[in-house]
Amino acid sequence: MEESKIISGCKALLIGGSAGSLEVLIEVLPKLEQLKSFALIIVLHRKSGEDNLLENLISIKTAIPIMEVEDKVPVEPGYIYIAPSDYHLLFEKDETISLDTSEKVNYSRPSIDVAFESAADVYGPSLAAILLSGANADGTAGLQAIKEAGGVTVVQKPESAEVAYMPGYAIENMSPDLVLDIRQILEFVKNINTSK
Amino acid sequence: MISDRELEVLINEVFEYYGYDFSGYSKASLKRRVERLYQIDGISRFSDVLSKIRSEEGYVKHLVEEITVNVTEMFRDPLFYKLLREEIVPVLATKPFIRIWHAGCSTGEEVYSMAILLKEANLLHKSLLYATDINSVVLDTAKKGLFPLRMIKQYAENYRFSGGSEDFSDYYTANYGLAKFSCELNEKMVFSQHNLVSDASFNEFDLIMCRNVLIYFDKHLQDRVLRLFDSSLSCLGYLALGTKETIKFSTVQDKFQQLNREKIWKKVK
Ligand SMILES: C[S@@+](CC[C@H](N)C(=O)[O-])C[C@H]1O[C@@H](n2cnc3c(N)ncnc32)[C@H](O)[C@@H]1O
Repeated sequence: MEESKIISGCKALLIGGSAGSLEVLIEVLPKLEQLKSFALIIVLHRKSGEDNLLENLISIKTAIPIMEVEDKVPVEPGYIYIAPSDYHLLFEKDETISLDTSEKVNYSRPSIDVAFESAADVYGPSLAAILLSGANADGTAGLQAIKEAGGVTVVQKPESAEVAYMPGYAIENMSPDLVLDIRQILEFVKNINTSK
Repeated sequence: MISDRELEVLINEVFEYYGYDFSGYSKASLKRRVERLYQIDGISRFSDVLSKIRSEEGYVKHLVEEITVNVTEMFRDPLFYKLLREEIVPVLATKPFIRIWHAGCSTGEEVYSMAILLKEANLLHKSLLYATDINSVVLDTAKKGLFPLRMIKQYAENYRFSGGSEDFSDYYTANYGLAKFSCELNEKMVFSQHNLVSDASFNEFDLIMCRNVLIYFDKHLQDRVLRLFDSSLSCLGYLALGTKETIKFSTVQDKFQQLNREKIWKKVK
């Protein structure tokens, strides 16, 4: 699959990241005008109790509406969802979000693996996911699950990442469909669902 | 991953053999719990878990213990407790007698936190705290008021952020890695097993705390449980949920008024 490949029939795009990933979002989000019939769900590692901080940071960078994540909110196209701190983010078959305070996974809650695996189970091939910069092994198993379910997997090019470990670990342990730098990630997201 | 079909069979089997009904639980979360159970018990095939359910005595207790999520803290979400302390406790104070229900109390950290608030407002003597959970193992811990000492630093900090100004260490004695909370605090607590799925209302309360329990239920079961709470609350009683929980998808929402944007609702009808 090459960079220009246009993804169609995508219902949800998940973006997972840790250290150094917020910078990518802050660069990409202002250049996105809307989400074409898909929802964007952002799962970032961060300190607990910093919910508003991250939400505010992201909301001033985008014109796209942000839907507050509460338990059982429906996932609707056109909206951004940000995983709250201290909860794992899960997806139900009726395309609503469930939250869960069970044990940390990969030292993290929310864990990217947990959110990705659950989304793979619900969305199958109608899903795309991007794994960004970070210093943790979280996300690799989740990408693998998405790939197996027929979804599209993207990893940030490690050389373009502030912390290369997380994307590097994914590339070593699974074969993502695409490895993209920040500019290419923007193009990828812009092109989702644009074919007729 | 366990398939949807297998999960369904497992739920039916557990209901048939033990009478515990998990059919209204969030499937996304339940799947992960069952996978975790596989790991803990060294199970690799679905048929193995079925045969354990059918033939191993005492497996039910283990299953309920591992399937439910019991993670909790004292003064979890300190700002929530600050609000309780400043807005709700003074209203409760006007009553001759205060009844509180902690539904899904887990190992009791929440109940002891509440008792501390009441004690500091000089109300504990006229209060009763009913603490219930489906999992009998956590209730045993809760009764003892013994919490891991390694957590205390965090709890003391939460306590301070919640507006507490006493010396937190006055509330417990440290012993062999455990903090034993003073008996004065649990004198007014009543612990019992209660299943929100199948058991009825058992009293009328001025405040019901049910935090981070509804997230494990699907919308339909949430609605059932919220109706149970509605029928167990006195007029103008309060319902407190977890920071990410809401009643807005339920049929009882018209009967309640939310306190600003906080997770506390007052029963108005
Ligand atoms: C995550 S803990 C919440 C503890 C505490 N309320 C807090 O917020 O820290 C959830 C609790 O709900 C209990 N629970 C799950 N299903 C239940 C049911 N059907 N009836 C009563 N309690 C239940 C679990 O056993 C567990 O102890």
